[in-house]
Amino acid sequence: MSPAASPAANPAAGGPGSSPVPPGPATPPAPTALPRLGGPARLGEQPRRAFVAQIMGLPMSLHVRGPAARGPEVAEAAEATFAALRADHELFSTYRESSQVSRIRRGDLRLSDAHPRVRRVAALCEQARQRTGGAFSAWLPDATGAPAFDPTGLVKGWAAEQAFTALGRRLARLGPHDALLSAGGDVIVACTRTDTPDWQIGIEDPRDRSRLLLTVPLRRGAIATSGTAARGQHIRDPATGSPPAGLLSATVVSPSLTWADVYATAAYVRGPTAAPWLTTLPNHAAILIHPDGTLHTLP
Amino acid sequence: MRRIAIAVLSTISALVLLFSYHTSTNSQPAAAGPGTARSAGTAGGAASTTSAPPDPTTSSTPAAGSTSSAGSPAAAGTAGTYTGDAVATRWGPVQVEITVQDGKITAAAAIQYPQGNHRDEEINAYAVPMLNQETIQAQSADIDAVSGATITSSGYIESLQSAIDKAQL
Repeated sequence: MSPAASPAANPAAGGPGSSPVPPGPATPPAPTALPRLGGPARLGEQPRRAFVAQIMGLPMSLHVRGPAARGPEVAEAAEATFAALRADHELFSTYRESSQVSRIRRGDLRLSDAHPRVRRVAALCEQARQRTGGAFSAWLPDATGAPAFDPTGLVKGWAAEQAFTALGRRLARLGPHDALLSAGGDVIVACTRTDTPDWQIGIEDPRDRSRLLLTVPLRRGAIATSGTAARGQHIRDPATGSPPAGLLSATVVSPSLTWADVYATAAYVRGPTAAPWLTTLPNHAAILIHPDGTLHTLP
Repeated sequence: MRRIAIAVLSTISALVLLFSYHTSTNSQPAAAGPGTARSAGTAGGAASTTSAPPDPTTSSTPAAGSTSSAGSPAAAGTAGTYTGDAVATRWGPVQVEITVQDGKITAAAAIQYPQGNHRDEEINAYAVPMLNQETIQAQSADIDAVSGATITSSGYIESLQSAIDKAQL
């Protein structure tokens, strides 16, 4: 279980909040952390357990597969994963008056004086703005229309990826295990077992959330979808301030959940110009769903 | 039409490469799950009908060539091994070798990769989601997670994810 990627592929790793960690004893170093799709048919059943918590206003679903899945160590590891996510919520929530991000928004705290994790996220937001040609931005108009620091669009995926990476290190001590974390529909998986089926990720139909349009088998990597179905229109185009139009949803498969999330948002914002842009991203795949229901898969 | 053909072709190379990735890293014999080997290229209906790899007669499938079972761990019985022509992709030339049994690919290996990069990276550069629309309704019980527009805590209880989680708690 080593979701840590090369620096270029996963800027979320190796930030001030994380330290380089050698692979666990039972985990051969993965050649890369690029997404691995497809694979063997069902070979054997491993014990499995799901954990659910509500954090950052999102349901966090954590699944672990392997011999210790139903044991106390995995339950502890799951609790630690959720604790890490709650800690990030304390730092980043725009709804909590006392969070560092709220203080930055009010002008009570300078970014340069903020917690290293906040500064790390701010740097990633800037990188995201550049990589998406401005389609993703952490500077969005507040209630008064003035641009204010709001890294929410990146934090969810980043925090989940960080917590998941730490979980992988804990699980590695227990021998080969597979894990999956869904943060409100953005999913990251890793497998260190070789006798398990791929995780099957269903991509929902944005027109009917009770339906799935297709499945993506995944052993390592992340999938994020951006669209309007769940929360109504909550995404704004940083360039125009208006809700984007042109796609019902955009799903990105990436080595990194942070970037899957950012790129899915950017693709959704870009709408009609998403496809040519997405094809310029190496090691990424995408599924765009158009208003007439047609599916467009890339590359 | 030509664009679609090219898309399908590169998709096949992708699938083949992906499968070979599995064979090269897993200690298990290659089990290139024929059930998941359905892929599609571009938009909706037309492309989703291209059930690519299992049909060795498709022009975009590597053409039949030398037969040998060497390097094909899953080959058994009547399996035939086919070496395709080198195909130019936007990542560089790719040449693949597949083992076909009962019209399905049971093993695959890439014997020529785009140059200049690490092999695993190249393989993964072809990380094409494998669409499985035909079986989705029937197999929704096997889904592990749902990716969609963000669900909120309040919406969770009615979500498919919640049903999946409940079965495993």
